[in-house]
Amino acid sequence: MFKFKLFKEKKQHHLSRAELGILVFENTSEVIAAQKVLLGNDWEIRVMGPPPEIQSGCDLVIEFPLIQELNILRLLEKEGIPPIETVPVTDPLLQPVDLFQIKDFGEFLMIRAANMKITVEKSTQLIVNVSGGGCPDVPYLAFMLVGKTMAQAPNPLDIGHTLCGYALGLAFKEMQKKCSQW
Amino acid sequence: MLAVVGTVPDPDFPLTIGKVDMVENRLRIDGRYVQVNRGTPALLGAMVNTLKVLGPKDITGFIAGDIGLGDGSRDLYQYLVENRSQIDFHTIVFHYLQPDVDWHNRILFMLNDLKKKPVLIADAGFMYAAKMSGQAQSYDLFTPDVGELSFLADETAPHPFYTRGFILHDDNKVPDLISRAYLHGNAAKNLLVKGATDYIADKSGVIFSVDNPIVEAMEAMGGTGDTITGIVTALAGTGIPISKAAKIAAKVNRVAGFNAKPTPATQVCEIISHIPRALEKVLKEYNVQ
Repeated sequence: MFKFKLFKEKKQHHLSRAELGILVFENTSEVIAAQKVLLGNDWEIRVMGPPPEIQSGCDLVIEFPLIQELNILRLLEKEGIPPIETVPVTDPLLQPVDLFQIKDFGEFLMIRAANMKITVEKSTQLIVNVSGGGCPDVPYLAFMLVGKTMAQAPNPLDIGHTLCGYALGLAFKEMQKKCSQW
Repeated sequence: MLAVVGTVPDPDFPLTIGKVDMVENRLRIDGRYVQVNRGTPALLGAMVNTLKVLGPKDITGFIAGDIGLGDGSRDLYQYLVENRSQIDFHTIVFHYLQPDVDWHNRILFMLNDLKKKPVLIADAGFMYAAKMSGQAQSYDLFTPDVGELSFLADETAPHPFYTRGFILHDDNKVPDLISRAYLHGNAAKNLLVKGATDYIADKSGVIFSVDNPIVEAMEAMGGTGDTITGIVTALAGTGIPISKAAKIAAKVNRVAGFNAKPTPATQVCEIISHIPRALEKVLKEYNVQ
């Protein structure tokens, strides 16, 4: 039902360049397969030639709504056709955040990725707080994660929808690494 | 009159418009109840408790359920554009909404066309859309945290997720990021930057900074930025100039946090309950009638 509504709404207006991303694939067959999957799931996408900054992949790319990057990557991975690269249209050289800020509160450890933070109690590995972010899946993800241990909690990369959810997923992954060292 | 446009993390919560109040620590809007927790409910809870001290003022909520698919946000955008005759507020805050530049622009044009343009405050997803639209200067106040300020300062980033590392780096000083955000026209007329030190700034640079009491645990707590935004919105709604309202809000949030004696595991509703007493103290300290 959600997808149907999304599709209906998106037909009423266009996205600005700043809101678009590009999926880069190894070869044209993958582009065609991904196009079929995405259109079949009511995503508004466009196949086009790559911008000059893109140095890898084949001579076709898929343009998509950037905010939904996490949703779209999850679908393509499920179908076995993940892109080799995903970049914003406005500046294809931009990369997702890979810088993590770590703050040790003694009993608790906080990890920040971009605008998202996750805090865990060291002795129990319980997720005690999720903060930051601005997309509407953040309060939802916090609701799903807080009060669960790192082992019990769903991975934000599996249930998030937006780039904020993606950033939280990266912080979560980094926290998993830390937990495995305790 | 104050208005809040935002979402709640419940896909079944329909588009709801109505006066917001608090009943037994739950928010009530048009007969529906919402738990006070991070996000727009925390902002609303802070506003309600701020107005307990400032005096009664109606808060109209424009609220819809959205868990990141953007459906509830788009319902809200459409409602606002199609019902402009209902938009008659002193101050409006836009909060946890799916960033969408096209809808953002339609709403901003509608607000610009009003006989009396409201005081405009943006935070969270709507602030992201405002920056991406290139019309940040149309707003009276943005309330970013330091991560979001880095995004405002990065003229190329379409979302905080793509903020470049050299800007995001800890070594960057907040006043420098503020200057960079203004340099590229990506900041509102005023900024309230929430962090270890809170900064109130405009295009001339930092006007005030607030760094005490120090409550380190608040950085980890979800919703403590939402409460500042709620407090400053309620204060601005009484006619207090934005920069002064921001300074008071930053201080009140810290005092409320200090009085709650939080750990990184404390939930934001604990802090919201301490806002009225903290506000009384700060208003007295700053000699505000």
